[in-house]
Amino acid sequence: MPALPIAGELPELAAVRWRSRAGTASLRRADRQWTLSTVAHEIPFLVTAAGLPALDPLLAPVSVFALAFAWAIPELYAARGAGVLRAARAPRRASGATVGAAPEDRALGLLGDLVGHDARELLARTGHVVARGELGVWVLGPAGALLVRPGGRRVQCWCVRVPDAELPRSDRIAHLLLALRADEPGFATVANLTFSGACWRLRRRLAPGGRAALAAAIVAAR
Amino acid sequence: MARLVRMDHTGHTVLAHWNPGDAGAVDAARDALHAELGRGYLAVSSEPDGTATAVRELPLDADLVILRRPIAGG
Repeated sequence: MPALPIAGELPELAAVRWRSRAGTASLRRADRQWTLSTVAHEIPFLVTAAGLPALDPLLAPVSVFALAFAWAIPELYAARGAGVLRAARAPRRASGATVGAAPEDRALGLLGDLVGHDARELLARTGHVVARGELGVWVLGPAGALLVRPGGRRVQCWCVRVPDAELPRSDRIAHLLLALRADEPGFATVANLTFSGACWRLRRRLAPGGRAALAAAIVAAR
Repeated sequence: MARLVRMDHTGHTVLAHWNPGDAGAVDAARDALHAELGRGYLAVSSEPDGTATAVRELPLDADLVILRRPIAGG
């Protein structure tokens, strides 16, 4: 493992040297680019849906298909984004055996010690850790994180994890929490952005626990 | 008493305890930390106020130092 690049920065940044360090401006730029990209995907389908019936009313069924595609594209992106909070497969040992309840209980105890009372209660209820940062409010899961942007209307989905199949679920979340606390911009630099869009669009793609954690993060971000 | 904890497949393992005034315990904790850093673990000093600092030497005034694996974008 290389030495820390600069005191306080995540050592993992050494593996993504080509990326510029994330910050408020770069995340805002990513939001804008994501919106532009979505609009660019939508326009051809919407123009088709509006134009075909004008050319010939018999083409109205094709226009319905075009509208369906226009609706489906952002939904598919949101579903992909929601995957970062989806329950991962049960942790497995190298032998293929699943990790038992006792390691998960021990890991959950440590994770509970790391967060405050309110976050601990939310963790017990939702299975996720909600943590406020400089860039927004984070919802941490075992295989990624949501970042609810200031204002609580927009959310980004980040795929980031510890590549060790034997770790209990709560240890995976603790890994992300500690990295986030040590260097939040570095954490966002190491992670891969999988979705940026409206909170309402993502919300309905999440499991109940993820929805509750997202709701708490939105309230905290307002 | 401060703790050096490694997150692993058992949930976590306490590798060492130390008091700043106990030179023997500090040396043992320092050795344990360096051994785990050599195995690819990363050390984070977790503070009660919710902050954390990446460290490569044992912070004697810390209450809790946690060893974790590197993370990566998925």
